[in-house]
Amino acid sequence: MTVLDIKDLHVSVKTDDETSGEKEILRGVTLTIRSGETHAIMGPNGSGKSTLAYSIAGHPKYKITSGSVTLDGQDVLTMTVDQRARAGLFLAMQYPVEVPGVSVANFLRTAKTAIDGEAPKLRTWVKDVNTALDQLNLDPSFAQRSVNEGFSGGEKKRHEIAQLELLNPRVAVLDETDSGLDIDALKIVAEGVNRFRRQEDKGVLLITHYTRILRYIEPDFVHVFVAGRIADEGGPELAEQLEAEGYDKYVKAAAAAAVG
Amino acid sequence: MTAVADALEMERVESHLHPEGSFDVDDHEVPTGREEIWRFTPLKRLRGLHRDAPLDGSGVGAEYDAPEGVVVERVEAGSPVLGSSGFVPNDRIAARVWHEAGERYAVTIPADTEVERPVVITLTGTDTEHATATHVVITAGVHSRVTVVLRFVGSATLADNVEVVVGDGAEVTVVSIDDWADDAVHVGHRHAMVGRDARFKHVDVTFGGDVVRHDTTAEYAGPGGEVEMLGLYFADAGQHFEHRLFVDHTAPKTKSHVLYKGALQGDRAHTVWIGNVLIRKAAEGIETYEENRNLVLTDGCQADSVPNLEIETGEIKGAGHASATARFDDEQLFYLRSRGISDDEARRLVLHGFFEDLIRRIAVPEIEDGLRKTVEAELAKNLIEADVVVEEAV
Repeated sequence: MTVLDIKDLHVSVKTDDETSGEKEILRGVTLTIRSGETHAIMGPNGSGKSTLAYSIAGHPKYKITSGSVTLDGQDVLTMTVDQRARAGLFLAMQYPVEVPGVSVANFLRTAKTAIDGEAPKLRTWVKDVNTALDQLNLDPSFAQRSVNEGFSGGEKKRHEIAQLELLNPRVAVLDETDSGLDIDALKIVAEGVNRFRRQEDKGVLLITHYTRILRYIEPDFVHVFVAGRIADEGGPELAEQLEAEGYDKYVKAAAAAAVG
Repeated sequence: MTAVADALEMERVESHLHPEGSFDVDDHEVPTGREEIWRFTPLKRLRGLHRDAPLDGSGVGAEYDAPEGVVVERVEAGSPVLGSSGFVPNDRIAARVWHEAGERYAVTIPADTEVERPVVITLTGTDTEHATATHVVITAGVHSRVTVVLRFVGSATLADNVEVVVGDGAEVTVVSIDDWADDAVHVGHRHAMVGRDARFKHVDVTFGGDVVRHDTTAEYAGPGGEVEMLGLYFADAGQHFEHRLFVDHTAPKTKSHVLYKGALQGDRAHTVWIGNVLIRKAAEGIETYEENRNLVLTDGCQADSVPNLEIETGEIKGAGHASATARFDDEQLFYLRSRGISDDEARRLVLHGFFEDLIRRIAVPEIEDGLRKTVEAELAKNLIEADVVVEEAV
């Protein structure tokens, strides 16, 4: 049983504004993800969804001002970025970063070795990589390309999910993995996520702007994220309601609260 | 009027990038450090090479491993092979070497000969006190193919001229590896004359030495020639590495591609890259691109990078340049570390990747692995030093 526990998380980002210098993005987020659960976080642009994802992963741009994040009781916020990954957290990024001259094969092997604490056995590893790539409809020659360099938008996202399957974390945070994907690519990516979560003891935090991906990855819980807070929570039916009504009423309520 | 001016132009261009050379030492005044071509160089550390330090030392021993078909022989001053590349000393040190070199060699690859294994010439320095000067002329016959590796190791104060004559249709790779001890001073001049439809690749690798300054120049004897200049350097604390390149497009439909990549770490590590390209009026339909990238690993380093392009004709296929000096990209490191890879390992991977495309383009299998290992060993020094600092802070 794995539990990722986020309590009253406040996060600021550094800005160029000289007077304040910092802008608060997350204003008290509380969320518990248990293994076996898939949580969807939905919200309009600028609501802080990605900030939540990057704060959990430990991106240096974000400053945690208060609150806590624990994984099975361990304090995540005091861990370095790589310690968090080795503790069992994984972030599929919206904009994966190019690393020129480093092949996908080298990158995957180095990451797997770091996560497991020992190098994977060569024979099974090559097979695992080829299977993971094949399931995501990526050619074996993909392994020889430089990480994310010259990848199409779809290839980048499929590569993220290939990593998810190969590194096999305990809790996966997927940041707008559906954005920019056509329907075929979306299905391939969703199948990968579903393979991951069908395993024992896996939690998923799925961040998305659109309900489309939720047709392929059915969430157990839906959280509506507005202005750095969770504004509403429910089951999958909440996603359908958002599909029909949009975020308008939440945005207006948040604006009114800010004025009040 | 215009026609007369054009005709004169064809013969001679007063390029500000590359002053007219001379064999006469006295035509080159002792540099003061204010001259454009000397302003980056720490003259005080040159041990008098730029003034009048005797060059008659014998502190550099040469050994060579030449495959069958390649002739390596000593030549005397005044031999017609010297200067056969069109080399004219462009500064005082090159002119001094011309007159005072203690050792002069000719390496000759006959026409139509394809040499499978590289010719390896190792110069081992044993003495920094007495400056040494050498002059080598590599002549590759028509349609020949050869790779020549010049390896510099040990401790020395060396000034050398290396000429390369690339025959029509020949394919020549010259790899120069400065793997000196930390107290070596090396000022080198390399000049290539590239024949019609010939290909010349110059690879300049600089890891060791206190001061290393290389002038590498190329011109074309006929149309269709291609020049590729690749450079890889890794400067540690206190080291000064300077690469001054000049590609003189003297013939139509010629190509040049320059890519130098370097890493710097430690206090007062200093690298200089000057990339000059001149496209003469006659050089219609040429293509050129030059690029310098520097990765600055620590505080206290300085990377100077100056690309220059002089264009005398509008009829070119392409001409461009790029220069960038940066630190490790935080987003790249974050991405790698978010996959469990430690900070040190992430830096190692990024640096490995930074040099990898260059190493692949060198395409000399005999040296590739060695280069990768040396790059990693250099980085390891820095990581070890960083660890020590952290421990001290704790």
